[in-house]
Amino acid sequence: MDFPMFHLDWLNDRFLIAIIAILHVFINHGLAVGFIPYITRLEQQGVMNSGPDQITNLEWDNMVHKMMKVGFIVTTTLGAMTGVGIWLSVSVVSPSSIASLIKVFYWAWFIEWLVFVTEVVLILIYFLTWKNSNKSLKAKLRHIRFGWFLSVFSWITMAIIVSILGFMMDPGNWNNQHSLINGFTNPIYIPQLLFRTPTAMLVGGIFGYLLSTVFTKKNTTLRARAVKQSSIWILIWAPLSLIGAIYYYRALPQAMVENMSTAVGTLEFAQYYDLLKWIIIGAVSTVLIISLLGIWKPKKIRFAMVLIPCIMAFGFLGIFERVREFIRKPYVIKGYMYSNLLREEDYPLYKRDGILKYAIYTSTPEVTESNKIGAGRNVFILTCSRCHTTQGINSIVGVFEKMYGPGKPFDEGAIAAFTKGMHNGRTFMPEFPGSKKELDALSAYIKHLQQTGDVIEGAQNEGIVVNPKQSIDAVVKLLEKQEKQKADSLAEVAVTKN
Amino acid sequence: MFQLLQINTPVPRDIPLPLPLPEWLLVALLVFSFLLHIIFVNLMIGGTVLTLWCQIKGLKEKDYHNLAHEISRTITVNKSLAVVLGVAPLLSISTLYATYFYSATSLTGGMWIALIPLITVAFLLTYLNKYTWHVLDKNKPLSIAIIATATALFLFIPLIFLVNVNLMLFPEKWGTIKGFFSALLLPNVFPRYLHFIFASMAVTGLFIFWYMGRKNYPFEMYFEKLTRYEIKKKAYSLTLAASVAQFIMGPLVLLTLPTKGFDWKLILVILSGAGIALPAMWWIWKAITGNPENIDRHFGKIVFALGVTVIFMGSGRHVYRANALAPHQKLMAANTAEFERLSKEARENPIAEQVDLKIDSTLGPVAKGAALFELNCSSCHKEKEKLVGPPIVEMVEIYTGSKDKLTQWIKAPGKKRPGFPQMPGFAQLSDEDREEIAQYILSIKTK
Repeated sequence: MDFPMFHLDWLNDRFLIAIIAILHVFINHGLAVGFIPYITRLEQQGVMNSGPDQITNLEWDNMVHKMMKVGFIVTTTLGAMTGVGIWLSVSVVSPSSIASLIKVFYWAWFIEWLVFVTEVVLILIYFLTWKNSNKSLKAKLRHIRFGWFLSVFSWITMAIIVSILGFMMDPGNWNNQHSLINGFTNPIYIPQLLFRTPTAMLVGGIFGYLLSTVFTKKNTTLRARAVKQSSIWILIWAPLSLIGAIYYYRALPQAMVENMSTAVGTLEFAQYYDLLKWIIIGAVSTVLIISLLGIWKPKKIRFAMVLIPCIMAFGFLGIFERVREFIRKPYVIKGYMYSNLLREEDYPLYKRDGILKYAIYTSTPEVTESNKIGAGRNVFILTCSRCHTTQGINSIVGVFEKMYGPGKPFDEGAIAAFTKGMHNGRTFMPEFPGSKKELDALSAYIKHLQQTGDVIEGAQNEGIVVNPKQSIDAVVKLLEKQEKQKADSLAEVAVTKN
Repeated sequence: MFQLLQINTPVPRDIPLPLPLPEWLLVALLVFSFLLHIIFVNLMIGGTVLTLWCQIKGLKEKDYHNLAHEISRTITVNKSLAVVLGVAPLLSISTLYATYFYSATSLTGGMWIALIPLITVAFLLTYLNKYTWHVLDKNKPLSIAIIATATALFLFIPLIFLVNVNLMLFPEKWGTIKGFFSALLLPNVFPRYLHFIFASMAVTGLFIFWYMGRKNYPFEMYFEKLTRYEIKKKAYSLTLAASVAQFIMGPLVLLTLPTKGFDWKLILVILSGAGIALPAMWWIWKAITGNPENIDRHFGKIVFALGVTVIFMGSGRHVYRANALAPHQKLMAANTAEFERLSKEARENPIAEQVDLKIDSTLGPVAKGAALFELNCSSCHKEKEKLVGPPIVEMVEIYTGSKDKLTQWIKAPGKKRPGFPQMPGFAQLSDEDREEIAQYILSIKTK
């Protein structure tokens, strides 16, 4: 409420972040951390399997280089931009929370950045010196060693970022020690790392497998060998990925129980959790099948056969992210700030005076009979819009219609009664922060939404209206008052001293 | 009119948390990491523009065609470094100026998010241009179209950044704009933009001078007619011409800058920076007009001097920002302090409404159960009709005589009936509270 409210009323603001972030996870697991060691191993095999008078098997090396080129292009364009994109989207959808997190964890992100810069430089070197390194055996072997070094370094970036993910979820961290170390001691850290490492290798491998059907012709020895090597790689990592997934799957509810921010028994979490189980089984089994086929009948493999397991493997990664993010609710910063960007400690003030009075940007600082719907709209924007749209994805009309029955006209009183106590029944929802009048206005607005199909636009399209109580005029007076109070108290001290 | 403007200036509250580092250190990190980032952005943009220019010229002269390819190969590295180096200034400005920066980016949010696809596509196009170079030898116009599109994107994208770093300085304008395009027209975005474009060309000229002048650069492999000296002379000329143009653009920026950030310190910093560029330009002139074998003589000094110019200009930028925002930051601090005071007061004196249970003692032994039901259950269950879930009268029918099953259900409800949404569990209530609720429910007469 301190910022103009950017809003996407069909897509849903969270989904904007999710799309960007999950794309980024696909790329950093499957095309970087997991892919580079896969590639380096293949490059090494090219040298090992070449004749005594050759530096490397050129046909094989060219194929591996092409695969790396795909990884290079995707990571340095979409990979880099989705990484920055997470910052950009989070800062327009959830500015108060990220601004708070940055003030506390600046160092953690700065260190992560230094590691990233190094990784970018290393990837540039690895890829751009590839062809030149084929000129001598010494250069080639150095290049391969460099690839292994890059693989380890890539993994280190993952180890650090998982810590950052950890401290954002950790119960006690915010109020106690503000350090990166806490990210490492978070109960979810080891399970998450033990899941992500082999899974990244798995996803990198299945993606490489797919690429080997693109860069080789069918029924050739080259394809057969590429497919076989990809399959061996996958079969080494798949069991570890499965074990890691089960360990992480078990650790998630434990983390939630410790968080005490959502009841493990909530249905919404249970639904995702169940789906996760099926996707783990589905993804791992299809990947295993195609890998076993790749070893047993490598010449029969076609692109279309590999595509489904590849997509499932990526889906496997993606759904874990959804479940992990669920743990936060109803907070965005546990114990400090709710997902609606309001601090828990400010709730008594909002409940007493209403929330509209303190909104920097609102056309209705107070609810009156004549502005009820407009005030309700502003309350919705301030307290609900971070997670709900009006008529789009996760729409407020939709969730109420699911509860009361589709098409049934809303009863304002029932909506108000439900909203007042919703944080008790749906523990992933933050408590409604406003006054009774604001609650009634909101309920009237929600009914209006059902009746009219009305939508709202974000500040990025509509602009903002400044609350006169939070404008320069009002604050100048406030500053005068504060300075006078300070002067008065200083005078008092001077008098008592005398 | 003045009065209206006053009312429209918002004074948000600041994030009430301390800075993670001393302010001067954060500012130093911000300014220096930004300059490092912007230099690579300069090279990326300048490199793309030069590639396009050389490709067009290369339609007639083969050497320029090859020169284009050689320059395009530098874009790959420079663009990646430009992006990754952008993170530190982004982090630092978000720490120092969260309210201003995030307000501006939210107000232009559509275009701000559009940065992601726009930059991704621009990058992919530069790769496409590089990797289809030989394939498109017979279709040069298509290759030119690819790099021209990338160039157009790279010339547009800086405006998005500029609009935001400009808008963040003027809270009095936040209420007057609607989205990116209206913010684009605020002073003094366009002069700053032109200043930036010329700077990109100047920096790129120096880069090309160095890149193609390196001993281990196999110049003769790529060029038949053009000599190393000629290329270096052209590169220097580009830097000189762009720098001369900056002596028009610079004053234009100063003259169109809104007054509120001005002070003598700013003038001193900017004029010093401009002044140090003069000897650099003189040395470039001597190198271009002197003997070919002396062209490298002043290179180190030129880079140093222009580097100092860049540092002064980057610092001046910050001085302007700090000046422009200082009065508003004071007001923001006052508003923040007042809010914190009010919040503390409300926390320490919670109103009666905070007490949750309204126990009606006339209800006798089920009074507490009734109050708990009202608080936890009444939003979905009515006495006689369906609201969200079945009414109490139905519960009485099912559970009379098996109160334990009812308390168990309340704790962890089972499978939902068709036509009813799933009931959430109330494991967070105590066993006693669930007992009370069950007792109340079962006490209702169904008639």
